[in-house]
Amino acid sequence: MERKIRVVVAKPGLDGHDRGAKIVARALRDAGMEVIYTGLHQTPEQIVETAIQEDADAVGISLLSGAHMTLVPRIMELLRESGAEDVLVVLGGTIPEDDAAELKRRGVAAVFGPGAPTTDIVDFLRGAVAA
Amino acid sequence: MTRPQGTGELRSTISGVENEPLYSPENVEIDVERDLGRPGAFPFTRGVYESMYRGRLWTMRQFAGFGTAEETNERFRYLLEHGQTGLSTAFDMPTLMGYDSDHPRSLGEVGREGVAIDSLADMETLFEGIPLGEVSTSMTINGPAAMLLAFYACVGEEQGVPLGALRGTVQTDILKEYIAQKEWIFPPEPSMRLVVDMIEWCSRELPLMHPVSISGYHIREAGSTAAQELAFTLADGFAYVEACIARGLDVDSFAPRLSFFFNAHLDFFEEIAKYRAARRIWATRMRDTYGAKDPRSLLMRFHTQTAGVSLTAQQPEVNIVRTAVEALAAVLGGTQSLHTNSFDEALALPTENAVRLALRTQQVIAHETGVVNTADPLGGSYYLEHLTSELERQAHDYFDRIERLGGVIPAIEQNFQQREIAEASFRYQGEVERGERIVVGLNRYELAEEPPVEILRIDPALEAKQIERVRAVRERRDAGSVEAVLRRLEADAMSDANLMPAIMDAARAYATLGEMCDTLRRVWGTWRETPVF
Repeated sequence: MERKIRVVVAKPGLDGHDRGAKIVARALRDAGMEVIYTGLHQTPEQIVETAIQEDADAVGISLLSGAHMTLVPRIMELLRESGAEDVLVVLGGTIPEDDAAELKRRGVAAVFGPGAPTTDIVDFLRGAVAA
Repeated sequence: MTRPQGTGELRSTISGVENEPLYSPENVEIDVERDLGRPGAFPFTRGVYESMYRGRLWTMRQFAGFGTAEETNERFRYLLEHGQTGLSTAFDMPTLMGYDSDHPRSLGEVGREGVAIDSLADMETLFEGIPLGEVSTSMTINGPAAMLLAFYACVGEEQGVPLGALRGTVQTDILKEYIAQKEWIFPPEPSMRLVVDMIEWCSRELPLMHPVSISGYHIREAGSTAAQELAFTLADGFAYVEACIARGLDVDSFAPRLSFFFNAHLDFFEEIAKYRAARRIWATRMRDTYGAKDPRSLLMRFHTQTAGVSLTAQQPEVNIVRTAVEALAAVLGGTQSLHTNSFDEALALPTENAVRLALRTQQVIAHETGVVNTADPLGGSYYLEHLTSELERQAHDYFDRIERLGGVIPAIEQNFQQREIAEASFRYQGEVERGERIVVGLNRYELAEEPPVEILRIDPALEAKQIERVRAVRERRDAGSVEAVLRRLEADAMSDANLMPAIMDAARAYATLGEMCDTLRRVWGTWRETPVF
């Protein structure tokens, strides 16, 4: 049997907005992926540890607190330090365009803003993880 | 599901309540005297005041806060200059969670989504030049509500305003944090004790303060239906009433100061019905179950905010229209105060221009549309009365289910409300993605190229500035007295004492928010949910 895509959906920082993260987690699970949702208020260290322990193909980070320019680069850095730079990092939330562009330059695979259909996220992960 | 011919569009309300093509007297089983009454009279379906907006308009209260206390103080003064009539404070995430700005967990979050308040010193700056005897101030703070209220009361003392003259609202509604907003500190039981301590203390010392604002707003933003918002909020309200009665408080000593906070979403009539049902359920339960005698104990007074969740990042100017429709529903539903969202809030915190436009939206409704001239102008509409009764019925269904789970806190611990909301939220998302719900600019009438929008940027340097401020406070205060007040707070937390006097002393000694919360964390522990999706 083909291995299922394994995705960690994570809420870093103190942000309690979890509507989007839960919808995405559910949509990915319904699309046949193995989903691990970290729950709220995670430190970058906790998220990276979960990603490694779960042998994740991708980490989906949801952030609506404005702390993305601090927390996302920190997660990328910790993944690199742990030799897990092959884990795909995908970001969702209220991320201004300039910040999204900058984070992509730093290795974030995709940024999905408000209104992004879950089908786009599913399709992206299928394409990017298979590749 | 009902759909119009030839399209895939649903005809049920946004929350999934079925709609008939027409409502007539036979659809409406109400007794006008019993179920509607008159505005200002039991069961208050038609409004809490006899003259409604003829007597007094709602309070226009725009929620604001970002950066440090200095930036937010400027925004407050700007809003007051432009005709706003009450203040509403947004705190940043570290403040909401009871961490000081220099705590490692605060990294990158300071001043981002609200103002950073670490100690009384920041509160003094926040209200500099604003006479607290002349404004009413709302503070959106829950886990550490008691500490922020104490900071505010201390600023009042310093300005020479008697505590009894301070007016405003502290949100304090911790139950909806576990259910929806998810900014908590302590586990439910000690959190409830702190809420009751505040209610008891305010009824004695700050009689014009609303010590709790029982909130459905965040429940709705988390993706609930209108019926869930109504039911879970009122169930939380009953839980607070029961906790106060269990403390030995007389229901009429605190109930008149309880207030509510609802969302105004896009389904126009459903929202108006929700507010009307809420008033009727509350008045009936307060009188019949809790034996309230004071007529003011029966009144559900509420603040409303338009639905942030209904705003789109695509063609954001369209949000001005959405917000206007939502605000109109809140007014026709009889709200006591209103925040209108700014059109750019799906992108970032609002710019000054966007906030002014949002405030102007309320002013147009108040002064140009004529809807303020008559109380409950839609009362008696077959459709609206049907929806009001239907939402009331659905709310009672939920009350029964929560009761069967052992009450609000056991239901939270079993993830009941959280799961119901997640289900509703996922169902709605599916409806939008399948095109069964049209969202203008998002899944219909899209633009190929979105024109750029100017957004508010929070200067990252503000975090360092705030860290300097809190460190300077720790340097200049008297370390010995801080230690003493924190020891007393710890001792009181382990006893049955009301914690407010100890928290007031700690605030006066410039103990920081984080220090007070850490003291209580040691005694009470913290909360962590088992998430469901």
